[in-house]
Amino acid sequence: MMRGRPGALLATALAGILAVGLLSFVLEPYGVYLLSLWAVYTVAAIGLNLTLGYAGQISLAQATFVGVGAYATALLMPHGWPFGATLALAGGLCFGLGLLFGFPALRVQGHYLAFVTLALTTLAFLVMRNEAWLTGGVQGIAHIARPVPFTSGRAFLMLCLLVLTLVTVATWWLLRSPWGRAFIALRENPIRAASLGVDVRGYTLLSFAIGAALGGVCGSLYAPLVQYVEPSPFALALSLSLLLMVVVGGSGSFLGPYVGALVAVLLPEWLRFMQDYYLVVYAMVVMLLLAVCPDGLVGLAGRMLDRQRRGHPAEPADGGKA
Amino acid sequence: MTPAGPTPGTPVLEARDLHRSFGGVRAVNGISFSVAPGEILGVIGPNGSGKSTLFNCLLGQLPPSAGQVLLDGEDVTGMTPAALNRRGVSRTFQLLQVFPQLSVRENLILAGQEHVGSRLGRLFGRPDAGLTAAAERMLHLFRLEALADLLAGGLSYGQQKLLDAAMAFMAGPRLVLLDEPAGGVNLTLLGAFRERLRAMNQEAGSTFVVIEHNMDFVMSLCTRVICIAEGQIIADGSPQAVRENPQVIEAYLGH
Repeated sequence: MMRGRPGALLATALAGILAVGLLSFVLEPYGVYLLSLWAVYTVAAIGLNLTLGYAGQISLAQATFVGVGAYATALLMPHGWPFGATLALAGGLCFGLGLLFGFPALRVQGHYLAFVTLALTTLAFLVMRNEAWLTGGVQGIAHIARPVPFTSGRAFLMLCLLVLTLVTVATWWLLRSPWGRAFIALRENPIRAASLGVDVRGYTLLSFAIGAALGGVCGSLYAPLVQYVEPSPFALALSLSLLLMVVVGGSGSFLGPYVGALVAVLLPEWLRFMQDYYLVVYAMVVMLLLAVCPDGLVGLAGRMLDRQRRGHPAEPADGGKA
Repeated sequence: MTPAGPTPGTPVLEARDLHRSFGGVRAVNGISFSVAPGEILGVIGPNGSGKSTLFNCLLGQLPPSAGQVLLDGEDVTGMTPAALNRRGVSRTFQLLQVFPQLSVRENLILAGQEHVGSRLGRLFGRPDAGLTAAAERMLHLFRLEALADLLAGGLSYGQQKLLDAAMAFMAGPRLVLLDEPAGGVNLTLLGAFRERLRAMNQEAGSTFVVIEHNMDFVMSLCTRVICIAEGQIIADGSPQAVRENPQVIEAYLGH
């Protein structure tokens, strides 16, 4: 279930992915790397958007699932696992972990769930750092080979965009299905949803597990992109960064994660000339964004489109959320 | 889905000696009644008399402290609201409970979708779970056609009340519990609303239990009325008989 015309939303997302693919042909390798990073983080943000934006569960555990996916890929590929298999395994593993952790964690809601998932992220970070026999500890795992034939920067970007395309279509299908409707129902009013026969607990768990699976898929792309995994990229900061992507893009909006991830990847780059002040400015820009458009950049764009179309100001806030 | 027909004469709903206390307060204090198929039972009584607690116990929202709830003769005490709904029990709410970010049509489809096929089947099946036609019918019955594509959150209070009621009928329920359906609905809409409920009762053969303060609405809709005061039934009979019952006048209606 999606706001706006579902077909138009899918077409917009796919056109954006295609545009990024074409853009890569005129960019330097670093630009291509940033686009790859965008595609990879967008996958995880789409997952978190399902859990948080649609189903309304505040999760700070997304970094953990990205980490699990990254380590699983880094550990299995040297053993001759084909990339497709590690990708599927990372997704499946995180789906299972999502069910396993979600089962006790989703007994609580709102801020409490945020704290429980925060604890999970911290715990997982400690495991990645301390269980050196498996993860290489703080040394991490280096020299992760990219799968043939996607070894060059641009070729790997194409692989990332291919996966993002598949994730986009699958998510679109999911949100259009009765499941998407049920997710929104449990975000908006779980008691009413239950009175209509919606298995609130089951759907909550599924939204969490599917979100986690997409975190795993993201990690599975991240490891061969960066070609090096160590614990620190999967700490709480990544969970917060993904949360930011969802909120800045527009929580519960289909296109939100694509826009949010773009801002989160590019803004630090654009602000780099400010050196040490960049985090301050970055924080201020984000706060400004949230104050001006609480329904995210996609919500803002929707309202501006509405205004243009009708020739007069649209009602604020929930007028044109895509 | 509607369960297979029970043996004739079995009440659709039966409460057996229900109790529910909150601390020392006995909100429901030994209530027993049964509702025959097709009946429209009105539940009246002063504020704080235990009507809402009774509803919550019947609907699985609150576990009763003691007593039993039977649906078609089967013990369903303590079953969750979702499980009861899938057995054909549906409800409306005293306070507005529609999904504001879904369109009117989507609200209706949501109200029926969990009764269609398996969960996995719904993921891979049609986006509307095959319910568009049923939703259109309900839109027509409740005169909501013109509003079908609007977000439910943008509707007026009375229109949301109608939608809330229409949602309760999407899954073809055997039993519908309506919590103050007339509250806040304006007079013009109220007459049409009563006719809709009556039509649903006759066409679909649904059984209703209605909590309501609007006595005209109760008198013109219900086939039988019980009056609750201090957690107990003080009168049970035809609307006319209950209205004239001295105890009911004393406790609720006033002179």
